[in-house]
Amino acid sequence: MKDIKNTFTVSIYSENNIGLLNRISAIFLKRHINIESLTTSQSEIDNIFRFVIVVNVTESMIKRIIKQINKQIEVISSFYHTNQETIFLETALYKVKSKSLFDEKHIQKIIKKSQANIVTVSPNYFVIEKTGWREETEKLYKELEPYGLLQFVRSGRISVSKEPMNISNILGLNTDK
Amino acid sequence: MKSNKQISGAEAVIRSLIEEGVDLIYGYPGGAIMPIYDELYKFQDKLNHVLTRHEQGATHAAQGFSRVSGKVGVVMATSGPGATNLVTGIADAQIDSTPMVCITGQVASHLLGSDAFQETDIIGISTPVTKWNCQVTKAEDIPKVISKAFYIAKSGRPGPVLIDITKDAQFELFNYSYKKCISVRSYNPVPNYSLDLIEKAGQLINDAKKPFIVFGQGVIIGNAEIEFKEFIEKTGIPAAWTILGLSALPTNHYLNVGMVGMHGNYGPNVLTNECDLLIAVGMRFDDRVTGNLETYAKQAKIIHLEIDPAEIDKNVKCDIPLLGDVKKTLPLLTKIVKNNKHDNWLKTFTSYYKKEFDKVIKNELNPSKPGLTMAEVIKEINLSTNGDAIIVTDVGQHQMVACRYAKFNESKSNVTSGGLGTMGFALPASLGAKMGAPNREVVAIIGDGGYQMTIQELGTIFQTGSAVKIVVLNNDFLGMVRQWQQMFFEKRYASTELVNPDFVTIAKGYYIDAERVSERKYLKLAINKMIKSKKPYFLEVKVEKEDNVFPMIPSGASVSDIRLE
Repeated sequence: MKDIKNTFTVSIYSENNIGLLNRISAIFLKRHINIESLTTSQSEIDNIFRFVIVVNVTESMIKRIIKQINKQIEVISSFYHTNQETIFLETALYKVKSKSLFDEKHIQKIIKKSQANIVTVSPNYFVIEKTGWREETEKLYKELEPYGLLQFVRSGRISVSKEPMNISNILGLNTDK
Repeated sequence: MKSNKQISGAEAVIRSLIEEGVDLIYGYPGGAIMPIYDELYKFQDKLNHVLTRHEQGATHAAQGFSRVSGKVGVVMATSGPGATNLVTGIADAQIDSTPMVCITGQVASHLLGSDAFQETDIIGISTPVTKWNCQVTKAEDIPKVISKAFYIAKSGRPGPVLIDITKDAQFELFNYSYKKCISVRSYNPVPNYSLDLIEKAGQLINDAKKPFIVFGQGVIIGNAEIEFKEFIEKTGIPAAWTILGLSALPTNHYLNVGMVGMHGNYGPNVLTNECDLLIAVGMRFDDRVTGNLETYAKQAKIIHLEIDPAEIDKNVKCDIPLLGDVKKTLPLLTKIVKNNKHDNWLKTFTSYYKKEFDKVIKNELNPSKPGLTMAEVIKEINLSTNGDAIIVTDVGQHQMVACRYAKFNESKSNVTSGGLGTMGFALPASLGAKMGAPNREVVAIIGDGGYQMTIQELGTIFQTGSAVKIVVLNNDFLGMVRQWQQMFFEKRYASTELVNPDFVTIAKGYYIDAERVSERKYLKLAINKMIKSKKPYFLEVKVEKEDNVFPMIPSGASVSDIRLE
């Protein structure tokens, strides 16, 4: 069967207007699709905003969704990519009791091996940052869990496509590098 | 237009509307929009405001106005309940691609989010059902937002737009100037066509032995009726319409083979699954048109002429997508296709029509049983108006029957709620239609259920003196639901029987001339009397209680499994 579900990264270039996030999420809501992750930020073009949304749907569905997103007045263009077609990362923060850092030698090894960074250390707690794929942040989560995680949070996916998206051309700007 | 004098945001709203050529607004005042209504009072020589009896009525009236005139319908309402009452009409306009600009008042900006009196998040509520919406909190933004709203509402595939203006922005003074919006950088209303694909489509058309056209409202919205006729006459291809495409091609045109879809004609539905080329013109393959997609026109190559890229391959995968405005793409096709005739193929449609006539149409138009049928009422209206009337229908059995049997000579003459299926649409829409085409006869055909959903608009019809002819086909049932209960729920008539009031007395209570007819021998007379009247007129026709609409494609079945009984 061609129509099996897959993870797709949706990239949307848009104007930065109040309410557009609502309009975009409504497209997924209407089709009963769960948004796995959503990140918004500025893009490489002045005053142009970028959404990165991760969903798990069939390819025929994502094609239709992209057309619906493109149809929104304030969307300049949107694209979908498979994991193979993008470079993507997530960032996770782990807050751990400082006591564990000093008492348990092993924890330092875990941090080093996983190429995570210690962001801050205070008398009561310290914070570890790990940027990478979901499996990597999850692996570190499992490894740190026995030492007592005070807090854990992971960002949405950020992603750049391997192929150009040529937004400047669409906007008629002459700044594409 | 420049002016040195500072004006209020409210006055700017009115001046901006006038700049956009608006002379008619449907609406309902209230606290948060009072500054704008105060300006309306001052500009009443330029802007006619029609006070409907409910905000929903205002939206449907604006839709009716727009559908017959091609202009943008304009609606005003206050915040909170005023705004939420617009939602049904906005959703209806969105799914039926009707250009509409709604302006709502909002609580003052410092009160936003405080659950102030009559505060509601109408931007959030209306987002999924508007083409665009925008909240304005500063007077200086009003002209540019209104010009953008009109540009978006009417360009490309039209749709409804909502502007929510806080009360402080309405009071605020600023230096007004107006510039018409001519483009929005992130919005491409009409996608470019591809000459290469048009070439390929022309080849398919020339090679086809059994080509078939299904056309929709795109022909009407694109003002492409002439271009469409030239195309079908040159190619000799039989053409069937969707419910919203009705009236784009005169009923008596030799290539008009009837309606597709759930209660459409027998031939066009069956032959959808026999044609070798299906050309879809300005239509969107709604499920009521296609039935089961797995078995829809699988044998045919499909060409889809469409302005909205999101409709391409949405429901039915096409072989050649022809994006663009049909007013431009159809003549390009006509130019490259050869003169052709498909006489035998056309005869197949005729033979199917004969079957349908013998099984269904004959008995509907000339019944032998005593009870009146809906179809014979439509037949008499056809005779009395010569097919020149605008027919406005509500939703249900009467709608299907009216669309099946009404005759049309002119485009923009069929006003109905197609996509959303909004009961209560017709009465206010007929008022709007009459105001949008004051020199034409407007006949509203409504069921006894839907009529009572917006019956209060009789007051608006009386107050405006709009000579709308209102026909209620009364079977004391929610007829279409009852039909489904009979066919698919073993006659369990759950909550579909209506105990109705005296509709004639109600109409008379609104000072509208009214009559009731329940016998065949008085029908023609009653209809002629109604059509001759120069005033609003109400006619109740008591029809057979448990008649069913046929043919019918049961929901989920294939178009070729259409049932005649």
